[in-house]
Amino acid sequence: MTPPEPFLGVVDHTPVRHHILSVLVENKAGVLARIAGLFARRGFNIYSLAVAPAESNARFSRVTIVVDAESAPLEQIVGQLDKLVNVVAITDISPKDALERELLLATIQTDVDNRTSLLDIIASAGAAIVDVDAKSVTVMLAATPGNCDELEKALEGFSDVELHRTGRVALPRLGKTAHAY
Amino acid sequence: MQLSGAQALIKSLEQQGVDTIFGLPGGAILPVYDPLIDSSIRHILVRHEQGAGHMAEGYALATGRPGVAMVTSGPGATNIVTPIGNAHMDSTPLVVVTGQVASAAIGTDAFQECDITGITMGITKHNFLVKSAQEIPRAVAAAFHLATTGRPGPVLIDVPKDITQSTMDWWYPTTVDEYDLPGYRPEVALDQQAVERAVALINAAERPVLYVGGGTLKSRASKELLAFAERTKIPVVTTLMARGAFPDSHEQHLGMPGMHGMYSAVTAIQKCDLLISLGARFDDRVTGKIPAFAPHAKVIHVDIDRAEFNKVRFADVAVQSSVAPVLRAWDAASATPHNLDVWWKEIRSWQEQYPLVYDEPLADGPLRPQHVIEAIGAKAEPGTIVSAGVGQHQMWASQFWKFEEPGTWINSGGAGTMGFGVPAAIGAKVGRPDRTVWCIDGDGCFQMTAQELVTARSEGIPIKVAILNNAYLGMVRQWQEMFYDERYSEVYLSADLPDYVKWAEAMGCVGLRATNSKQMHEVIDEANSINDVPVVIDFRTDSSEKVFPMVAAGASNDDIQVHPLQRGGAK
Repeated sequence: MTPPEPFLGVVDHTPVRHHILSVLVENKAGVLARIAGLFARRGFNIYSLAVAPAESNARFSRVTIVVDAESAPLEQIVGQLDKLVNVVAITDISPKDALERELLLATIQTDVDNRTSLLDIIASAGAAIVDVDAKSVTVMLAATPGNCDELEKALEGFSDVELHRTGRVALPRLGKTAHAY
Repeated sequence: MQLSGAQALIKSLEQQGVDTIFGLPGGAILPVYDPLIDSSIRHILVRHEQGAGHMAEGYALATGRPGVAMVTSGPGATNIVTPIGNAHMDSTPLVVVTGQVASAAIGTDAFQECDITGITMGITKHNFLVKSAQEIPRAVAAAFHLATTGRPGPVLIDVPKDITQSTMDWWYPTTVDEYDLPGYRPEVALDQQAVERAVALINAAERPVLYVGGGTLKSRASKELLAFAERTKIPVVTTLMARGAFPDSHEQHLGMPGMHGMYSAVTAIQKCDLLISLGARFDDRVTGKIPAFAPHAKVIHVDIDRAEFNKVRFADVAVQSSVAPVLRAWDAASATPHNLDVWWKEIRSWQEQYPLVYDEPLADGPLRPQHVIEAIGAKAEPGTIVSAGVGQHQMWASQFWKFEEPGTWINSGGAGTMGFGVPAAIGAKVGRPDRTVWCIDGDGCFQMTAQELVTARSEGIPIKVAILNNAYLGMVRQWQEMFYDERYSEVYLSADLPDYVKWAEAMGCVGLRATNSKQMHEVIDEANSINDVPVVIDFRTDSSEKVFPMVAAGASNDDIQVHPLQRGGAK
């Protein structure tokens, strides 16, 4: 009998039923571990996660978590998350009401043969060239996750690409409000 | 006033009204043990840190006040992980202080270093790594606030050695704001609309059941429960965690539901049209196969923890609150179901057909374990506290002991921690020295934590331990008999090894043994006459006895198996 294949990871496209949780947390050691540990032990799936100091207050950080609401009911995820003592506030933005943006950085090795097609891709994606030398170009795109997906796909044809994405942050569209828990 | 961190820690505990710490010193916590000498707090020196944790739990369950344990870093801390996990599962208020290696050594794999805040992250309500001596009072005050409010639970404070050795200017928080817990809001305003929708469901009910869980005890709602139940005539079941919340002698009490619940309690839930859950969490040991659980019932779910709502079972009405205010609000609204005479008639017929039974006691032994528990109960003074380990003896204790008041049943429910009984009984006796405390234990459980009887003897804590010695890991044996074709794998322990009487005597306790009914009565009387030292009784019980009724794991509660004596329609 052949042994089962080791898990090599899967390309994890944004789940259809995703929600964006904006979680205000105390800026204390271990907070991220508490959140990650909770998701792991309860079997909730995180699609992406972005953390940064919260607006104008060093005491708090804002964690933007894209959760897979298929993996567990949103009510359970929010209820358990809210029990973490360091979690101060949770708002939930449903995808249709969300203005979602993500940052993509990519360095592509390039030569005379493919430079033109690369520049076309960059231009049509609306990305900016932020660094360049004789052999390579670094581009940046701040756009919707879908646009980032498209650029990522378009760059697949290039042989040597180093690409990083931040995970998304989101705000409610004007006239819409996030659901506060 | 300048104090050392260690002095501040002890003074903070005194400030919280702590009268007892269960603990065991070691390197990293050493500084704190020095000011303890001058403190009014009683320290109980345990023989193993697990004992300290379970004692603190027993203390908390018997008194309703948080239990406090203190241990050193590394293995001291990991040894108390099991009680912390146990308290987390049963929502028991606990404050555990652990020593930690000096701040500068954290992260270097120092001697007796372990990441105890990391280890206990998932099994504490919250934990703290104290970063400065000045922060100690805040950490202690916050820990007690967290442990005792909202849904109670264990809180751990990890204090590095350099912090307890440094100095601070004494202060103590006087308001909740000073606890620095901006994300913690345990008080929730009662949702009047939810209360009204619940009242409407109650008013419409024809076959309601009050499903009473541990949260009812935690919110001290027994009086309100009694008043509400008597006014509405709704039948009551009390889960393993809620035994004592409603008197067993009350005619409306159907007993415990679940895997080894009373037939009438299990069946009433299955047939009810309204299940009123009061601080219960639809544990799998109660529900059995979830889609088949209470299939005709609408559900009112009252819980202080909103994460319990719709976790296991959809709640038609969810009321986020502790139990007592909700019962008062329902009484104020005169919530009253339909006439329940027909429902009660049905329930009485189940009670008559399937009461709790066990095989006729044999005069020459071996003893029936159920008979032993009944005999101890019959000779116990009212208000006696009973602890148990985990397994058959625990189920029999819950079934055959008559619980009449809160705080008299000390057991490990959610975690199912073998070895809980003896240390928990010691903790309960420390908290309630006025009460007689019996530990109903199994031989397997007893062997896990029996060394704490040395603690009990040396600290003058006269508990009584009844070992239902069937020479087996009895519950596992029962499952192997019923579900593994009687293929017994690693469950035999021997009735004679160890010699429990000699072992008890070696630990400074009185050791007694009973192999037949006559001796059983004699040794119980003798144990009851001894009130200065712990007593251990080795009751030789029948190893073939099984716990009934039983719902097999994962089966529907409709497929409850009654005692063999009751099969084929016979009583």
